[in-house]
Amino acid sequence: MCSHYRENGGAAGQRGSAAKHLSVLLIVLALSGCKREERDFHGLPAGGTITNPKVREVPFVAGGSVPADSRPGPYEENAYAVSQGKTLYNQFNCSGCHFQGGGGIGPPLMDADWIYGSRPENIYETIAEGRPNGMPSFGRKIVPDQIWQIAAYVRSMSGLLRKDVAPGRDDAMQVRPQEQSTQKAKPVQSGIPKSAELP
Amino acid sequence: MPLTLASTLVQQAHTSLNPASPQVRLVDQLGTAMFVTAAVVCLLVFAALLWAALRRRSGAEPVADGRQERPMKTAVLLATGVTTVILFVFLIFDVSVGRSITTNPGNDALQIRVTGHQWWWEVQYRDSLPKNWATTANEIHVPVGRPVVFELRSTDVIHSFWPPNLSPKRDQIPGNENSLWFQADSAGVYRGQCAEFCGHQHAKMAFLVVAEPADQFEGWLARQRDTAQTPTDSLARRGKDVFMAASCVMCHAISGTSAGSRIGPDLTHLASRRTLAAGTLPNTRENLTGWIVDPQAIKPGVKMPPNQLSGPELLALVAYLETLK
Amino acid sequence: MTAIPADARPTDDESVRRQLDETWRQTPGLWGWLTSVDHKSIGKRYIVTAMVFFVLGGLEAGVMRAQLARPENSVLGPDAYNQFFTMHGMTMMFLFAVPVMTAVGLYLVPLMIGARNVAFPRLNAYGYWVYLAGGLFLYISFFLNTGPDTGWFSYVPLAGPEFSPGKRVDVYAQSITFTEIAALVAAVELIVTIFKNRAPGMTLNRMPLFVWAMLVQAFMVLFAMPWVATVTQLLAMDRLVATHFFNPAEGGDALLWQHLFWFFGHPEVYIILTPGLGFVSMIVATFTRRPVYGYPAMVLSLLSVGFLSFGLWVHHMFATGLPQLGQSFFTAASMMITIPSGIQIFCWIATIWAGRPRFGVPFLFVLGFVVIFVIGGVTGVMVASVAFDQQVHDSYFVVAHFHYVLIGGAVFPLLGAFYYWFPKITGRMLSERLGRWNFWLLFVGVNLTFFPMHQLGLEGMPRRVYTYLAGTGWGPLNLLATIGAVLVVVGVLLFVINVAVSLRRGALAGDDPWGADTLEWATSSPPPPYNFAHIPVVEGRAPLWEQPGELPAVSGLRTDVRDVLVTTLLDARPDSLHRHPPPTIWPLLTAIATTILFVTLIFTPWGAVIGTPLLLLTLLGWGWPHGRDHQEQRMVEQTG
Repeated sequence: MCSHYRENGGAAGQRGSAAKHLSVLLIVLALSGCKREERDFHGLPAGGTITNPKVREVPFVAGGSVPADSRPGPYEENAYAVSQGKTLYNQFNCSGCHFQGGGGIGPPLMDADWIYGSRPENIYETIAEGRPNGMPSFGRKIVPDQIWQIAAYVRSMSGLLRKDVAPGRDDAMQVRPQEQSTQKAKPVQSGIPKSAELP
Repeated sequence: MPLTLASTLVQQAHTSLNPASPQVRLVDQLGTAMFVTAAVVCLLVFAALLWAALRRRSGAEPVADGRQERPMKTAVLLATGVTTVILFVFLIFDVSVGRSITTNPGNDALQIRVTGHQWWWEVQYRDSLPKNWATTANEIHVPVGRPVVFELRSTDVIHSFWPPNLSPKRDQIPGNENSLWFQADSAGVYRGQCAEFCGHQHAKMAFLVVAEPADQFEGWLARQRDTAQTPTDSLARRGKDVFMAASCVMCHAISGTSAGSRIGPDLTHLASRRTLAAGTLPNTRENLTGWIVDPQAIKPGVKMPPNQLSGPELLALVAYLETLK
Repeated sequence: MTAIPADARPTDDESVRRQLDETWRQTPGLWGWLTSVDHKSIGKRYIVTAMVFFVLGGLEAGVMRAQLARPENSVLGPDAYNQFFTMHGMTMMFLFAVPVMTAVGLYLVPLMIGARNVAFPRLNAYGYWVYLAGGLFLYISFFLNTGPDTGWFSYVPLAGPEFSPGKRVDVYAQSITFTEIAALVAAVELIVTIFKNRAPGMTLNRMPLFVWAMLVQAFMVLFAMPWVATVTQLLAMDRLVATHFFNPAEGGDALLWQHLFWFFGHPEVYIILTPGLGFVSMIVATFTRRPVYGYPAMVLSLLSVGFLSFGLWVHHMFATGLPQLGQSFFTAASMMITIPSGIQIFCWIATIWAGRPRFGVPFLFVLGFVVIFVIGGVTGVMVASVAFDQQVHDSYFVVAHFHYVLIGGAVFPLLGAFYYWFPKITGRMLSERLGRWNFWLLFVGVNLTFFPMHQLGLEGMPRRVYTYLAGTGWGPLNLLATIGAVLVVVGVLLFVINVAVSLRRGALAGDDPWGADTLEWATSSPPPPYNFAHIPVVEGRAPLWEQPGELPAVSGLRTDVRDVLVTTLLDARPDSLHRHPPPTIWPLLTAIATTILFVTLIFTPWGAVIGTPLLLLTLLGWGWPHGRDHQEQRMVEQTG
């Protein structure tokens, strides 16, 4: 029922192009409903180890090596998974160091600076293996499927997810604008954690 | 998974027609009275309808004159009057039953806080001393013959606490504090279920209320207040290590250990409970193992993920959990 | 004053009809269908669309019953089941029950009051297209896995942004907007038409009881629908732009949703019921061959029901912990509304007693209505009681209650109405034999499906559950209910077959096959586009019985232009003429612009910027003055 969407080829003429773009937008948004609304309760089975060396941004990792998933973000378009990720972010106390994205003890997650990379697999590895300067390794404590959900949510905090996939506000006191209204902050590789900078 | 202490109590049929508390008894009386009246009214109306439709008539065309108007008017007025009286009587009856079941139960009442989560029940027995608080999940024990006040809360969506044998329901609304009270008159195990649509597993969000004699209840409560025993068996000790090293500690608490997360049900006395997964499965070794391996196969959509533990790890873990009485 | 040419006011019947035909005819073909402003054409498609949704809603229910037939069944998982029961509720409540009553009203009311059309023909067309768009939007979303899944009542916080991610609930909120606009359009049509377009002499207290029912229903729609349109927009705003209407942590309240929704939701069910009561009055009168007893009492009962229904909404919230004294007021009001409903039933029974009943299929449905509706009504009195309701609220007892009152009070009268007015609409009679089978299958099936649910509710089975455990003992009664559902499906299928067969091979009906008393039977079956060759003048409540043979008629009206007679509100004295528009495409275009506006609003607030100019453009096209139409032009040229 959900066939892949193909981009419309060729302009039909200036008069029709606005209508065409609008209908293209609507078709994209409509067909995207398939993936956006999927509730896959069984989640992803854990994959093998990360074999692609390009994914590793820094040569050293905290904690032991853990089996990890090498697929790119499976939940980039799944609103249900992103919303689960948001719940887990607070329940697993990511907010304890990163707060609601503004950072504090840990670096901010809602800005454009990504020390170890902003791709879903980078974030997955950050969470699973930990990072220097204080990010614990959660690979033995959070199942891979949930790590992917949290990674997808983290990307939404700086507006990297599509607006209809990113979560809305939650039923709590509001300390940040909702993720689905967050302007996209184009990721920048900065490489140096704040705590490692000289005073 | 023997449950030695409460096993003499019989599980009652889950129904409001089997009252085990004065509250439900009163409501049942009201319901029965209304049902009987309703049945009589229905039969009278149907009889009138059939008679009106099927009665023998003379061949002449009807004439809308005074001869027919008067009996019709009398009949309609009489029926309306009788209806009004019946309704008024039930209004009074209802208000009086409502008042009876909500009057203050008095200071002797036991207080229990029940917080609804998607899709399990957090049960907390509070006390003026926090170290005497007991937290459990999905199974509530109450002493027979003593009023129990339930403070009803929710942390996520609206749930509704409904043990039909013991009490009419009350919603648990985030941001609101509701309460109800009842008194269990006879010992037994009563089942309740969430009664407000709360998402994927609303259907499997049940709980048990175990009404037992006061001394048994006090014994149970004292055990619930205790921290978890350290396992002596080597397999169980290994299982505790598995618990602490794996993902269990992210969501579950076992008091007396460093596992203190309040996201999921408290497991300190898991083995003392009769069911798993909010009343979905009997608490047996097989069911517990199956639940840990893949909760999604039993309760799709539940927040607990499938776990990748090796066979020996799983055996050890289950052995440990069985020691949490 | 310009002289009107002689042939603009012909006097002999034949040329009158010819000229009216010419003036009022619909353009042929697909274009004609798309541009039609004839209330009968629009009414027919409205009815057919609503019945298609009825069948879809019924299929959803069938799948649900298949899932619930056995404990721990695997026909539907929890996510699918949640979508199915939500779609069933939304389809039945928003896409079938109210629209079908509206549709039959829009078809029948002008005929019953001796008018040529509804008061605003283009608005009528717009209302239908918006309704169709809303239904298509909901179902296309459903097939794209974006159908709503939090129930037709969609309580927050479950339906809020945190617990319902994605666009499913936004689809819910916006599809309601479509259907509410359509309902409001119909309400405006009915009120203005009934107040200002009645045949001369049809004072308010000579109006048929069905017209009174539609008038009351229209006012109820006017006061109730804006609330659901508002509350769904509040929810949409919470989800899209992070407002806090329902966020307790920021000063909002989850209960606010319930109050606002049920303030609409309770009148909604009476909006569905009231036209059904109107149908019953008409059928009872015709099939007992005498006017319904107690006309003033009947009218006052309809008005009371309409008014009182706005004071009952908290009875949906008896378990939420509201103060008890306040709840008791709603118990009193909920019980009180039984009285006018009861008065109507007693008056009908009195009418049947005094008259000479003929047991045609419409009358069978009326008898079935009394039985099923009264059962539903008495369980309604039971759940009106706070203490009892706190046991059975949100259980299958309530499911039983409302299906009894809705099927008994709306579906049975509706089917009776179809059997009754099908000859008028199509010119052919439905088969009596198939009709009897239809009736009895439905009667037995409905009772078999829903009566066990009373017991299930008392036994503690909650609503909206995708399955239940075997140990609860709820299996046997659920299986019985599913078997009943199969009978209901067969019954509905028989109705569809009856319609299909009779459209082709039914007996020709003639003007008045039943010997009825109201004005719609004074014209041909089906009626011509202009409804009546001569606008009748009415001198009593049952014009065809009181003035058999020839009805007095209005003379001197032009037949070469689309002129409609406007009469005064109370006494229906001729007051003025209203020029009706010719067929036009603008209502359809405006509906498309409205659709674009609402659908894009789900995804981005910029949808308002995209959609509103489009909408304004189409409204501009709609309202653009046309100058003289060609008929007027011809007249001006001829008279110089």
